[in-house]
Amino acid sequence: MSAPTLMAPAANTAPPRRRAKGRIAGVTGAFWLFVGPFVVGLVIFVFVPIIWSVVLSFSRAQNTVTPGDWVGLQNYIDLLQPGPFLDSLITFTIFAAFIVPLTFALSLGLALLLNGVRILRAFFRSVYFLPTACSYVVASLVWKLSVFNGVRFGLANTVLGWFGVDNIAWLATTDPPWYWLVIVTVRLWLQIGFYMILFLAGLQRISPELYEAAAVDGARNSWQTFRYITFPQLRATSVAVLLLLLINAYQAFDEFFNLLGNSSFARPPLVYLYYTAQFNQDFGHGTAGAVILALLIMVVTLAQGRIFGFGRAE
Amino acid sequence: MSTATHTLAQHGPEMRQDPVQRKRRRMRPGAVVVAVLRYIALVISAVLFLLPFYLILRNSVSLDTDITAPGWTLFPRQIQWANFAELFTDPSVNILRALANSAIIAVLQTAGMLLLCSMAGYGLARIPYRWATPIFYAILVTLMIPPAVTFIPSFIIVSQLRWVDTYQGIIVPVLFSGFTTFLFRQYFLNFPRSLEEAARVDGLGYFGAFWRVVVPNSLAFFAAIAVITFIASWNAFLWPLIIGQDSSMWTVQVALSTFLTAQTINLHELFLAAAVSIAPLVLVFLFLQRYLVQGVAETGIKG
Repeated sequence: MSAPTLMAPAANTAPPRRRAKGRIAGVTGAFWLFVGPFVVGLVIFVFVPIIWSVVLSFSRAQNTVTPGDWVGLQNYIDLLQPGPFLDSLITFTIFAAFIVPLTFALSLGLALLLNGVRILRAFFRSVYFLPTACSYVVASLVWKLSVFNGVRFGLANTVLGWFGVDNIAWLATTDPPWYWLVIVTVRLWLQIGFYMILFLAGLQRISPELYEAAAVDGARNSWQTFRYITFPQLRATSVAVLLLLLINAYQAFDEFFNLLGNSSFARPPLVYLYYTAQFNQDFGHGTAGAVILALLIMVVTLAQGRIFGFGRAE
Repeated sequence: MSTATHTLAQHGPEMRQDPVQRKRRRMRPGAVVVAVLRYIALVISAVLFLLPFYLILRNSVSLDTDITAPGWTLFPRQIQWANFAELFTDPSVNILRALANSAIIAVLQTAGMLLLCSMAGYGLARIPYRWATPIFYAILVTLMIPPAVTFIPSFIIVSQLRWVDTYQGIIVPVLFSGFTTFLFRQYFLNFPRSLEEAARVDGLGYFGAFWRVVVPNSLAFFAAIAVITFIASWNAFLWPLIIGQDSSMWTVQVALSTFLTAQTINLHELFLAAAVSIAPLVLVFLFLQRYLVQGVAETGIKG
């Protein structure tokens, strides 16, 4: 919609058009016609905001987004003291320790199960993939008001009731921390199908000759085939899945916000930043927190690239 | 091209093991047990995966007294069709407005992103401009920072533009996806050059070749990216929550979240609103699943 103004620089740098309109002969003009609008948008909506926030993170910026009241590294020092920001990183760590291995194992398991059957395979694949169409808000709603609502008519308590177990107030119980069960299962349900598709695609790429060769070499049971053929062949997929899972867990917001709100016992980094910047209008600490999170995620991405050679070798 | 390899890879192994009779003759009792166990596991998982959808449907056409009744009823005693009229006429729940907002935002975001990112990807892949490589690296750098972490910086720029509580505020900043441009570039690098050269011979420039030859021959790839983008846009929550603060700008996700937190709404209305909010995506899912699966396999693995 803002295309006409965005394309202005393209018009300036373009050499005179030689033939009928619509035909742009010059390489420079053509390049900016294609790439210019995107680059201008990227500068305005990605690069400028990032630079602005880095500057703002060294300012006291309460109820304002204008830098000027310099405080040096004070915002960073405040955040790195024991307090809610560091707690939020601990919350993320606990969350990732559950969600990353569980999603990995379950989605790989489902992909292997599906890959070994022929009848109704497309049907089952669709069923497991269907939650991808559901939002975190809707899933949180079902989990909070129906499955784990903590009263008698909730599904989980109904099922437990058949075995004589008392009602459990899932989201309100901190000892044992049952709320983790709610938080982790909602994301498991939503994302297993997605990663299962990635593993299925990886499994389809394994050459059948490898399995024939393994059979000739004496691989008898399916565990040996998995251990020596399937899993090593899935290396690139596995590395990509692990990194995606970790980065997505790092950005968890929707289900924490909708299930627990601003509760102090499980507040991941983005929820903390949301309440700091949007709710308390403290943009100095908010931007400093965003810078720290962005740096952490860049370190993880680069380290992963170093260790696994970007995992894209295939 | 990637479609071709994908389908080949999918059918390859099956064709090889095809002779069904030989397979059957060799099937030992142990193999039958394994197959039965596999299907039992698949069916149990399928039930668990469908359970939340069943809950949404059951509760959306029930009375609140039935939902909260102590004994579990598998289906509502009587389907309450009146719930629909109640939801759509409730003045305190403007669900139609929220659905319209979501539709406008998702459609414009998908169209805008396809246009901007496909053109940028094509330019980077095919036009030999001397600054193309540095510009490509500048775009790659942005891939390392996930957009969710930059929501505060993005909010600052949107508030400076006075775009808070506007459609453009929700739509435009999300359009410039380095990742989508990267995917388009990789795709166009593999696009057969001979087709474009034929267009050249016919007297078309880059612009004409792109729109008349490249795009019409890449519709499957465009569809895959479009489906993924549409679903992500429809289900987006954090960004619309920050920018669409006024209730007239709420998307359906923000509206549902507000009702969930405030609990000023009947249970059955809330579940019916949830059902209505996922209906468009389930339709997309049923009719375009091929593109969706391809899009996931395509976008996921390169992430």
